[in-house]
Amino acid sequence: MSDLFHVSAAPHTRSPITTKYIMQDVAIALIPASLFGIYNFGIKALLVILTTIIACVVTEYLYEKLMKIPISTGDYSAVVTGILLALNLPASVPLWIPVIGGVFAILVVKMLYGGLGQNFMNPALAARCFLLICFTKRMTNFDVEKISSVIAKLDFKTIMQNGAVAIDGVSGATPLASLRAGETVNIFKMFVGNIGGTIGETSALAILLGGGYLVLRKVIRLRIPFTYIITFAAFILIFGGKGLDTNYLLGQVFGGGLMLGAFFMATDYVTSPITPKGQIAFGICLGLLTGIFRLFGASAEGVSYAIIFCNLLVPLIEKITIPTPFGKERARSGK
Amino acid sequence: MGKATFLGGIHTYDGKAMSKDKPTTLLLPKGDLVFPMSQHIGAPAKPIVEKGDKVLVGQKIGEATGFISANIISSVSGTVKVVEKRLTVSGQMTESIVIENDHEYKAVDGFGKLRDYTLLSKQEIRTIIKDAGIVGMGGAGFPTHVKLSPKEDSKIEYILVNAAECEPYLTSDYRMLLEETNKLVTGLKIILSLFENAKGVIAIEDNKPEAINKLKEATLNETNIQVKILKTKYPQGAERQLIYAATGRKLNSKMLPSDVGCIVNNVDTVISICLAVAESTPLIRRIVTVTGDAIVNPRNFNVRTGTNYNEFVAEAGGFVAKPEKIISGGPMMGMSLFSLDIPVTKTSSALLCFLKDDAAAPETACIRCGRCIQACPSGLIPQKLLVTAEQFDDENFMKNNGMECTECGSCTYVCPAKRRITQSMKQTRRSILNNKKKA
Repeated sequence: MSDLFHVSAAPHTRSPITTKYIMQDVAIALIPASLFGIYNFGIKALLVILTTIIACVVTEYLYEKLMKIPISTGDYSAVVTGILLALNLPASVPLWIPVIGGVFAILVVKMLYGGLGQNFMNPALAARCFLLICFTKRMTNFDVEKISSVIAKLDFKTIMQNGAVAIDGVSGATPLASLRAGETVNIFKMFVGNIGGTIGETSALAILLGGGYLVLRKVIRLRIPFTYIITFAAFILIFGGKGLDTNYLLGQVFGGGLMLGAFFMATDYVTSPITPKGQIAFGICLGLLTGIFRLFGASAEGVSYAIIFCNLLVPLIEKITIPTPFGKERARSGK
Repeated sequence: MGKATFLGGIHTYDGKAMSKDKPTTLLLPKGDLVFPMSQHIGAPAKPIVEKGDKVLVGQKIGEATGFISANIISSVSGTVKVVEKRLTVSGQMTESIVIENDHEYKAVDGFGKLRDYTLLSKQEIRTIIKDAGIVGMGGAGFPTHVKLSPKEDSKIEYILVNAAECEPYLTSDYRMLLEETNKLVTGLKIILSLFENAKGVIAIEDNKPEAINKLKEATLNETNIQVKILKTKYPQGAERQLIYAATGRKLNSKMLPSDVGCIVNNVDTVISICLAVAESTPLIRRIVTVTGDAIVNPRNFNVRTGTNYNEFVAEAGGFVAKPEKIISGGPMMGMSLFSLDIPVTKTSSALLCFLKDDAAAPETACIRCGRCIQACPSGLIPQKLLVTAEQFDDENFMKNNGMECTECGSCTYVCPAKRRITQSMKQTRRSILNNKKKA
């Protein structure tokens, strides 16, 4: 008889959720922040976003082609890395910077370590820090022009060489820099995002929309973002030297890359602990380090460095937070 | 009050709608019947009939060969055609007795005679259960008389009836709950008569409201029996999870349910106990759900053990189209079959036929999303265990509590990268256990 059927070990059924589906959800969740970035910083922001996405996807494709390994660009993970990197760049950068960033993120941080799931640092953040170190001035130039003026002079050559030039743009100083200088900031403006900064970090509202979507879709859990932000806020309260100054406190929480980092980068599956207790420990480490960097460091910003540093702690955190299996709790406490 | 449950677990597409409202239909075998000598955990039974012998319904044809072993009983009358190795569910050739059915169903003396179990001693009840060849019919096939003989009867506080039926697609237990409610309660009362300090608990998932109502009605005057409603979630019917949800007691891989004062029995097993003790009918039948998108008319059948699987498929209207995958048991823990030419055994709860093989999805890289950890009812880190299993690192596999795995398959189900986590862990666990035996 020729009635041979497929044979495999149990289980024989699979959930419909795939890696691609998850990455698509993350990309969707980044849309509000991206759109707000484009609204806030003009068409130039869109160009930066598209450039990083293309750079990331093309790098991954070419690498896999050259190495003769299966092409994995269909899983959208390179797209997500691309968007995240763009959201961490100022809109004013000349377009060769996002290209270098995308190539570095995918080639050096991701593919050379074995591709998806093997990188020990968040590719987008590692690339951002790399760019910050190499091109400090261009990476911290938050002056941008408004849409109206940029459309008039959308000239490829100028953009490639100089980036956009500041004309009646959003104020160059970021709120964090103002806070550091002892000024007060407009919290409502910061929450909505009408401020200076990188493309995706300014609007806490847009980030919370995206983050909320991910939580609802069960892509991320609140453990890491929650412990991160709470720890950071507590650290600022204790060491900030301003006591219960809500303007300062909220300014610190909504300012810089904290919201974007907490919801989208610290929750990166590959580079965060998988154990539940480990995720809480990770959030606390992040909060403390970000606080230290912001209060005592040379720069007003500290989220990126805090996250990639904590990424390195992940194996250790996981090692000491192996959960107790079901039914073994008593045995352990009884000892 | 919240419904009882456990941490972890998964919510799958349950597929029960296809067959849950189909009353069980009696299916009498047409062709030869095949009785494998190993339908249970433990030593295989020894054939005690030879080619040419005449056998009757209810006659013992395979004798238990050790403490953990079970008798095999003929489900038809007829002639022994041959005793030889035949293909079974596990994919292995197992010594089997093949009987040519004379379609007369002549039974042994006293078969089907009603008996008042309250007049029987504990020893008599246990002997009847042993002689009837009853084993756990939920899938594991552990001999029931062994389960019902713990070291001290007085230490048993709960007799749990596992009516969770958490495996997707299966509706055989559900149909029994509706159709044989009184037999179930009688069976439970028979077990309770063995243990003076025990309470009966029928644990059932909340997706079976009709069955819950029927059970509540049937146990209205039974002060010692409680119907416990559990949340619908896989693997709610796994022994450790069921005990925890129903009693709050926890056990690990090194413990038996009796260590925490519990004994768990499946619905069909309890009904078989009732049939054996109160109606002098040994284990010769079971309920099988035949379902899946490849089956024309999904049904529940009351069949004789030894019946060929091909007969159900024909009875259920045949295939819509050629299925890609056929499973004996549930989709989470059942066994896939490469051929339908095998017999129903005591533990065959279902025959699932699917047009598409879900498990054929290609594996991609692990993204460490942690879904496996959330799903694991045993509180393990399947992701880490998979890495150690793939590296043949037995030491770290054990250090990360890999031996606590119950192979429920939840981690593999949720994995977005479609990694075969359970499968690798199963293999590693087997090899570690085998090495221990050798040492």
